[in-house]
Amino acid sequence: MITANGFPATRRPVSRRKVLQGAALVASFGLGGLPFGTAPALAAANDKYPEDAFKQKRDADAVKALYGRGAEASDKVKLDAPEIAENGAVVPVSVSTTLDNVTSIAFLVSENPNALAAHYQIPAGTLPSVANRLKMAKTCNVIAIVESGGKLYSATKEVKVTVGGCGG
Amino acid sequence: MASTIRVRATSNGDITEVQALVQHPMDSGFVKDAKGEIIPPHFIQQLTFEYDGKAVFVADWGAAVSKDPYVKFSFKGAKKGDDLKIGWVDNKGATDTTTAKIQ
Repeated sequence: MITANGFPATRRPVSRRKVLQGAALVASFGLGGLPFGTAPALAAANDKYPEDAFKQKRDADAVKALYGRGAEASDKVKLDAPEIAENGAVVPVSVSTTLDNVTSIAFLVSENPNALAAHYQIPAGTLPSVANRLKMAKTCNVIAIVESGGKLYSATKEVKVTVGGCGG
Repeated sequence: MASTIRVRATSNGDITEVQALVQHPMDSGFVKDAKGEIIPPHFIQQLTFEYDGKAVFVADWGAAVSKDPYVKFSFKGAKKGDDLKIGWVDNKGATDTTTAKIQ
């Protein structure tokens, strides 16, 4: 069909546009046949990196920049963090939730120079549970935000830091 | 194994649990070196996990993620022996990718 479109060996004269369309069709089919290319996929994903939200100093501003609204506290968000972190450079923090339709999870550290630490996109089929390790400048609140069905839910826990994360 | 990414993906038949450890300095830009000069920010901005051509998990990271970052998550729909692609890009534009077999 492609050759018929691009180069019709029929009565009608071949317009330039038709030839180009045909070429475009061939090109798109050619690319579609390749196994998933990492480079374009990663580049496309990188466009959505929330640069602005990561530059915000205060946690409330970062949440606004990220989602455009505030979050309400919910006991369905389970935030797991240590009571006391001996080393602020490596604080293990994890969150899980019983909420449905979770599309993203974010971690904020309220007293860090930039409050937003990490933001995870959760596509359908991925469980709403993430563990990671964060740096903390000093004793303050760790906030987990869960986006579920277009609404924001949060959990907060204070972590006491004996050695700040700024040194390492 | 010159890759900066170490991944362990294990399936129990239904859910695949993924643990990843990346070697990266994750400099925040707030720390000074021994001479008192600020170490410029250098951190991974995005870490992507792809299964079957689709992103199953995307991490957007700021400088507050610890050095040599670790992350754990789980997803459904994969089988043992399948491939999981992992790639990161940092704020200086450096990248690395690897492929892991789900065990």
